[in-house]
Amino acid sequence: MRVQSSLADVLADRQEAILQDWIREQVDSGAARPDLVSEQTHKAQCASLLEVLTEVVRAGEAEAKSGPNWSKLKEMLVDLSKSRARQGFSPSETARLVLSLKRPLFGHLRQTLGKDAAALGDAVWSTTTLLDDLALVTTEAYQQGREEIIRRQGQDVLELSTPVVSLWDGILALPLIGALDSNRTQVVMEALLEKLVESRSKIAIIDITGVPTVDTQVAQHLLKTVAAARLMGAECIISGIRPQIAQTIVHLGVDLGDVTTKASLQSALAIALNRLGLTIVPK
Amino acid sequence: MERIPILRLGNHLLVSIQVDLHDRLALTLQDDLTSRLAENGARGVLLDISSLEIVDSFIGRMIGNIAAMARVLDAHTVVVGMRPAVAITLVELGISMQGVRTAIDVDDGMRLLEAETAAEAGNVERPPL
Repeated sequence: MRVQSSLADVLADRQEAILQDWIREQVDSGAARPDLVSEQTHKAQCASLLEVLTEVVRAGEAEAKSGPNWSKLKEMLVDLSKSRARQGFSPSETARLVLSLKRPLFGHLRQTLGKDAAALGDAVWSTTTLLDDLALVTTEAYQQGREEIIRRQGQDVLELSTPVVSLWDGILALPLIGALDSNRTQVVMEALLEKLVESRSKIAIIDITGVPTVDTQVAQHLLKTVAAARLMGAECIISGIRPQIAQTIVHLGVDLGDVTTKASLQSALAIALNRLGLTIVPK
Repeated sequence: MERIPILRLGNHLLVSIQVDLHDRLALTLQDDLTSRLAENGARGVLLDISSLEIVDSFIGRMIGNIAAMARVLDAHTVVVGMRPAVAITLVELGISMQGVRTAIDVDDGMRLLEAETAAEAGNVERPPL
């Protein structure tokens, strides 16, 4: 308790000085990055963090790692780290935000407890544990922030990569590009079916020219899409089957059933027009 | 007791499911439809499921069964207006309804039925119902 109180005293009495030292330390270690966050904002962030940290230590929540102030501090750090992940800080720069508080705190603790070696040792130890924990919080939050970005980008790519285009009145085309996995198939299938309802199309051409490999799983996904479209009263034609893919399909023993397949989108369109009783004639 | 109305439309029967199809209702529909088919010998059944939002394997199988029973009673079945979510669910459940004709809406479905019955009937005139 004595250790905690000495840290609390130091934090309360010398808050301004510690803040100055902390910010200087961050600038020196290159963790401040004035190119990403303005000096003023950075100072304000550090000041409020230090204030809440002081509250945490004063309320004795540092050892239990729980309590209203501790949650508030954690929340602040999480928000800060996530926003830093987005702003382009590196993980070590984000962690150093907290870790660079060590030197100023130790310095001020030494000045206060200089004579009492045992008390100083205890105070340094509890401070270092506290700061390490907080640094771990920032790192974890940073990582989460990064993962959120990746997830969002994945979602964006998923949506970008599934255009359903109308080729003719009653004929839709779905040019697939890139690898097909279960997730993408789901999105593609939904997009196609929605568009089928909307446009009242009778024929959908699924073009797989841009699909690099077709294995049993991809074929399974394609067949599911075809079956779902059939249930809604539309017929599917699979086009863009390259020679290698034709060979793979046969070697794998994939049964495409009674699905019409064509080598090129052009011939698929010809079939589709034919089914609708349309012909293209020269002018 | 709750029932799904079966409407006669020329030589065909129109069944439009506008409520949630629970199991008992589906069984009642199956009974009603088969007796109506046997009674007046309709040539086609148009099953409109555009308001059906939720299906399970039982209802999926039920729709397939209704089509198969109609086939036994010499009528064609066209299922129309299936929603995308329902189609995906049925495919994921492994129910592909082989042998059931489908169309995007009632309009298209009716045309399909007319074409099928006309092709089958050939030139033999059938008395109107």
